[in-house]
Amino acid sequence: MFRYTKKTLFREALLILVAFIFLLPFYFLINLALKNGSDALTTSAMQLVTNPTLDAFGQAIQGGRQATLMDGMLNSIIITAGSVLVLVAVGSISAYTLSRRTGKLSKAALGLILVTMVLPAQAAIIPIYVGMRNVGLVGTHAGTIIMYAGALLPISIFLYMGFTNGIARDYEEAAQIDGASRFTVFRKIIFPLLSPATGTVAIFTGLIVWNDFFTGLIFLNGSDAVTLPVVIYNFVGESVSEWNVIFAAIIISMIPIMAFFLFAQKQFIQGFTGGVKS
Amino acid sequence: MTAQLEQKAEGARVTGRQPRSSKQNGRKDHRGTERRFATWWWFTPALLALVLIHYAPSAIGAFFAFTNWKGLGKWQFVGWDNFAAIAEGGPTTTALINTFIIGISFVVLTNVLGLLLALGLNRTVKSRNVIRTLIFAPVVLSSLATSYIWKFIFEQDGPLNEFLASIGLESLQRTWLGDPSTVLPAIIIVMVWQNVGLVMVMYLAGLATVSPELEEAASLDGASLWQRFNYVVLPAIMPSVVIAMTLMLINGLRVFDQIQALTGGGPYGASETLAVTIYKETFVMGRFGFGAALALVMSVIIIILTVAQRLLLRTNSKG
Repeated sequence: MFRYTKKTLFREALLILVAFIFLLPFYFLINLALKNGSDALTTSAMQLVTNPTLDAFGQAIQGGRQATLMDGMLNSIIITAGSVLVLVAVGSISAYTLSRRTGKLSKAALGLILVTMVLPAQAAIIPIYVGMRNVGLVGTHAGTIIMYAGALLPISIFLYMGFTNGIARDYEEAAQIDGASRFTVFRKIIFPLLSPATGTVAIFTGLIVWNDFFTGLIFLNGSDAVTLPVVIYNFVGESVSEWNVIFAAIIISMIPIMAFFLFAQKQFIQGFTGGVKS
Repeated sequence: MTAQLEQKAEGARVTGRQPRSSKQNGRKDHRGTERRFATWWWFTPALLALVLIHYAPSAIGAFFAFTNWKGLGKWQFVGWDNFAAIAEGGPTTTALINTFIIGISFVVLTNVLGLLLALGLNRTVKSRNVIRTLIFAPVVLSSLATSYIWKFIFEQDGPLNEFLASIGLESLQRTWLGDPSTVLPAIIIVMVWQNVGLVMVMYLAGLATVSPELEEAASLDGASLWQRFNYVVLPAIMPSVVIAMTLMLINGLRVFDQIQALTGGGPYGASETLAVTIYKETFVMGRFGFGAALALVMSVIIIILTVAQRLLLRTNSKG
């Protein structure tokens, strides 16, 4: 029944056409970024670049009044890596604790985590901002990492619990009989067994943190710790209708995530949909 | 989901007595056998995060929604005044209506198009993996950055108007983002473009669970394409439908990046949504109390609509 027929060929052609139209924005993006200033203004956006140049990329790298693209990139890397590290460490150990302690307290803790999903997050961000401002954490890497890690912890715990609940106790018991401490059991046996979950947590939360604009805008704008989306936002405001430079900046900001995506697309798609489903 | 998690936890519980190990992590274990692995101390960082980043701020935020706090200095209780101001009409009402329009069209369009793409790419098509990857690509990119590409496309002298001119439709040309009648559809297109890949992948995962034998049997029994979809495919992908619709509804109602990048809420507030208004009121105008009230309204709307949608889907899938 599922053979390749003429109908399938038609479907395939249609889908390729759809994909082609779908990808047009990327054509404009790359094409325009390779044009020089005057070509960008005078030639049509559809017209393929005749004498490609990297001028716009040079301008994009040097531009940025408060923070350059490279500053933003570095800040984004620090904040994303820091948040993911905390989320993996705290998420895994918390989920493990909840799956091994199955009394009333555990149920209460689970309930506590579940309810966070319906808490008014939009209303919460204002007191968090004021509280962090009072202790000097606004505009710092540490404050932003705390904010992201705290906000995404419930999701991370859920993702891990999907795995910790399924781990048989035999390994742990054997290790404990051999004299391993509880923490050694966790570190040497449980954590390695959780690596698929760690992958999902890292990809899912890492992408959210890396691409997040709202939190960065509120907590970091005007400071030295601005993340990439905020730098891009300010950059666009400063380079009015110099679209080739703006597009070059956008391409530079996309390189890290695109590289990751093309190398590990399967893990990305699985990680992201896996994260979303919980 | 809790029920499921708890069940699993119960299932994993060890029964029967186990030898008690005496000293671990410097603490004596006086309790029963279930306490041999992990210790509650390990949960304290998570508990701290829950209290400090989730519960306390939500409670405080809800509290300040009833004040005229400016973020600094003294404040007074104003009762329901902030909420009355929201309901009174004017810019916040536009934001409220826009949020509904965007949220609902976003759910419908991403799910319809995502499902169509998934059905098209499911099985037999040779280039399906490549196309799937390409359509998923915008999902991993910053929605702020991709919105700027679209801002350019919608410009007065941008590619869209140029294309319309080239096929002789000059009459349709306009400043898409500067015209109150086209700004919302334009924003919705950008949002759908960014997210349809995610929905498609979720439906593809659902479609993978449909048994080919069952579909084939239905087809041999003379079921039409629509009947096959309705009676064989749809029940199997119902979990995907529920997840995708819930997620898209929440994301659609919370939209911020695309609007901030494309229009900043303009022209004249025609594309403001709740999230954009909250940002402006709170962090630009410094009206923390009013912003908190708006945020509370937005959270309540999200919860109500999400629950309503779930109930609707449940009755539909039973009927």
